[in-house]
Amino acid sequence: MAQLQPVGKKDDDREDDSEYSPFYGIEKGAVLQEARVFNDPQLDARRCAQVITKLLYLLNQGETFTKTEATEVFFAVTKLFQSKDIGLRRMVYLIIKEISPSADEVIIVTSSLMKDMNSKTDLYRANAIRVLCRITDGGLLGQIERYLKQAVVDKNPVVSSAALVSGFHLLQSNPDIVKRWSNEVQEAVQSKASLVQFHALALLHQIRQNDRLAVSKLVTSLTRGTVRSPLAQCLLIRYTSQVIEESSANPQSGDRPFYDYLEGCLRHKAEMVIFEAARAITELSGVTSRELTPAITVLQLFLSSSKPVMRFAAVRTLNKVAMTHPPAVMNCNIDMESLISDQNRSIATLAITTLLKTGNESSVDRLMKQITNFMLDIADEFKIVVVEAIRSLCLKFPQKYRILMNFLSNILREEGGFEYKKAIVESILILIREIPEAKESGLSHLCEFIEDCEFTYLSTQILHLLGNEGPRTADPSKYIRYIYNRVVLENATVRASAVSALAKFGAAVESLQPRILVLIRRCLYDNDDEVRDRATLYLNYLNGGGNEAHSKTFLFTSLDVPLVNLESSLLSYDASERRFDMSAVPREMKHQPMLEKKTPASKKAAKEAGQKAFANGHLTSSASDAYEKLLNSFPEFSGFGKLFKSSPLVELTEAETEYSVNAVKHIYPQYVVLQFNCTNTIKEQLLDDVSVVVDTSEAEDFIQVASRKLSSMPYGAPGQAFVAFQKTEGRLCVGKFSNILKFRVKEVDPNTGDCDDEGYEDEYQLEELEVTAADYVLKTVVTNFRGAWDAINAENEMVDEYGIGVRESLQEAVQAVITILGMQPCEGTESVSSNARSHTCLLAGQFIGGAQVLVRLQFGIDAQKQVAMKLTVRSDDPEVCAQIHEIIGSA
Amino acid sequence: MEVSAPLIKNILLLDSEGKRVAVKYFSDDWPNLASKLAFEKSVFTKTQRISARAEAEIGMFDGYVVVYKFISDLHFYVTGGDDENELILATVLQGFFDAVAILLRSNVEKKTVLENLDLVLLCLDEIVDGGIILECDANVIAARVAMRGAEADVPLSEQTISQALATAKEHLARNWAL
Repeated sequence: MAQLQPVGKKDDDREDDSEYSPFYGIEKGAVLQEARVFNDPQLDARRCAQVITKLLYLLNQGETFTKTEATEVFFAVTKLFQSKDIGLRRMVYLIIKEISPSADEVIIVTSSLMKDMNSKTDLYRANAIRVLCRITDGGLLGQIERYLKQAVVDKNPVVSSAALVSGFHLLQSNPDIVKRWSNEVQEAVQSKASLVQFHALALLHQIRQNDRLAVSKLVTSLTRGTVRSPLAQCLLIRYTSQVIEESSANPQSGDRPFYDYLEGCLRHKAEMVIFEAARAITELSGVTSRELTPAITVLQLFLSSSKPVMRFAAVRTLNKVAMTHPPAVMNCNIDMESLISDQNRSIATLAITTLLKTGNESSVDRLMKQITNFMLDIADEFKIVVVEAIRSLCLKFPQKYRILMNFLSNILREEGGFEYKKAIVESILILIREIPEAKESGLSHLCEFIEDCEFTYLSTQILHLLGNEGPRTADPSKYIRYIYNRVVLENATVRASAVSALAKFGAAVESLQPRILVLIRRCLYDNDDEVRDRATLYLNYLNGGGNEAHSKTFLFTSLDVPLVNLESSLLSYDASERRFDMSAVPREMKHQPMLEKKTPASKKAAKEAGQKAFANGHLTSSASDAYEKLLNSFPEFSGFGKLFKSSPLVELTEAETEYSVNAVKHIYPQYVVLQFNCTNTIKEQLLDDVSVVVDTSEAEDFIQVASRKLSSMPYGAPGQAFVAFQKTEGRLCVGKFSNILKFRVKEVDPNTGDCDDEGYEDEYQLEELEVTAADYVLKTVVTNFRGAWDAINAENEMVDEYGIGVRESLQEAVQAVITILGMQPCEGTESVSSNARSHTCLLAGQFIGGAQVLVRLQFGIDAQKQVAMKLTVRSDDPEVCAQIHEIIGSA
Repeated sequence: MEVSAPLIKNILLLDSEGKRVAVKYFSDDWPNLASKLAFEKSVFTKTQRISARAEAEIGMFDGYVVVYKFISDLHFYVTGGDDENELILATVLQGFFDAVAILLRSNVEKKTVLENLDLVLLCLDEIVDGGIILECDANVIAARVAMRGAEADVPLSEQTISQALATAKEHLARNWAL
């Protein structure tokens, strides 16, 4: 077609311009001038097409036309409908769409386009439909609706597709008109042309998407096999999984409706359909391993495909499956390992993280060796993914901490950006906290790192940790050098935190104190205020010689009052009157208008923190510390002793109700405190005298001993009410509590904030809260299970066998028992390899009272899916062994 | 749950320095020229050292799935959302790639593409309409770009197919010759 001639005046440059381009030196102004040829009485079709191409080139390069320029071009282009040249006409269609004329200009071309819509030439009709539907507004649509309806069922696919796709776009702006085409669209679904079938199905679904019954009917009829086009088949799979999602399984057979259809698609001849179906199966909610198996099998085949796209698609899907069903993916491990060296780094990274999720203990060493080579040539964003996967692997196999910790410290020394380094440091911090054995080596790796760390944030984090953990190690003195080096070499922020860290060593390790004092004294001459202030303060504390306990508490505990409260107290403090009294700062969060908007977010954060803690196996130390501090601040509960365990948050109300309440169970040796976190979500109400009345008729072992009301609960500000119970001694107390929220409602005018004084009593039924055996068990990580097992006197062992009944799989049975006991699975034994007939699972925990408990569960499953379990318990306290058996026996 | 038909976010044809040859965006994810150019630059730099010549390659960039294939001094990209079926994107890429090859008689390089930019732009217009895949069979796309069959009064459906067949045969013969 139209070959572009180079612009005349540029002819001379052509020789030496190696980057020859027909658009070399093109200018908008000149092209707009050229566009005048559109107005010539004798049209030169070839020339006109070239000018249109130039205009499109400019638009494509990001050039913009002003309103006037666009209008001018548009009007000129409309003249070109006079030409009969086919190539030119095609370009005219294209440029009209690109210029997208304004509504009042469209009218100029509508008659020309409508003429083309009735042309004998199908390609004219198809293009005219697409252009007209793109630029038109609703008004004109009525006039052409009849043509469009006919076009939908046209025998030429190009016309039919043009009408269907245009209908798809028009549905947003003019749903009523398009919905009237339903019958024609339905007919087009049966079309023999592949793409027409696809477009018709997409439009039909879009028309009916808000009618669940209609979608369900559509899926039911089409899954019987009239769809041939692969793209349409992919659509049908998507719609089918939507229908599955919204319907429930057959209660008798437990079979999922339409699962057979999805499985059938795994044998389709088009790869895109196979993949779409496999992916849909893996994403079914609550998918069972039996349902997963065929999908995993086809994805496994994809892994060894010669096409990178197929390998990527498969490994990405398997990676997601590995998060929820690691055993199901284990069969692919061999294929997955060969992908580590894949040329495509995205594939390699996905393969590695999948392997890290599914790998077992014996493969760790080999895997780490492969990853070390791999880490050198991938981007930071991939490295972070790998670091995170290694962290969770290390928590899963704590006895492998040495090799994994070494790996982390090695990559810490390599080049890398802040986010990457932060991910590594955070991983080491977590490992130090979770795996006691890893502490010393972790700390020395971090010490080395801060010697050459360019990130202030990371240095201060590490110094803080060194101050807290260092003094408690075997040889605290070795850390002093690293810390003092920071005082000499770093910026003020890091120096200040180094001084704080030094002071902690001085307070905690008496033998080091004289040396520390010398070091801190040197800091008195620092040129930064904060560093000098800290040095003076700490010297005072350490030199005071007086109250040692007091200085330790000061150094090692964090501030126990909310910062906001402290700030407002300080602001209102008048220095001339008397000394500032820390204990006068309120500990409860005050209702503050500026915080109102933040509360949903902070509540969400608290909930996430709760869930996170739950996922990690137990509450992070900081969360349980915070709870303990909170509870001890109330005289009613301060005499209860040491807090043993706090449960994750349990929701007691549905989402979006008037009052939102969730609860935490705090377990003490002799007591249980229920903490109810209440939020009032009604703007027009202020709640006073809020309390929770707990009925213990289904929890007879508990006697209520104290409760704490919430005096006032304004809109949006969460508050806490408490109820405390004494447990019956000598037995494991479990039971169900039914709870009623009682309060006095006062109406508030949300605009003025005025509220009426009287109010009225009201109550609100909450859901039940259950204290189970698992609440009395703390998850603990045992790195060497064998050793710990042998260390307990075998005489304290209790063995018994139990039948668990019919289960879907061994995995399900294992998970159920772990949940009942609330103990920490060790050495990755919580995952069952697929098709296994027997499995051994190791659990560790601490029972209330402090006794360590180790449990060995041996499972077997027979052909009828009957599961039997042998439970072996060891504990220093024989009483506890009996109690664990009792928990299982009564579950 | 919102289910949608496969959507194409953009199709890019860049040169060996990452400059635009022809691009088409179908999504509002990139509201202005600057964000579009930034995306093109990001994708280009992340893929330039990869050899995507024999088979189409794929990656996740900036939260999008991008499939790409290179030939001589040209880089072809097709972008979809992070949830998109990768094989569908690859089919669209292959359709675009092959249609351009047919229209340029297998002489695919920056120079010929610029000389026939009209054909390449029409190709983009025939493959995807507003994000919806319009056609991904290279022969059909090429026939529609060339307006083949519009000259005569012969029913187009028959003619396109026979001509498409002819082109396909020609195409095959060339491949066999290699």
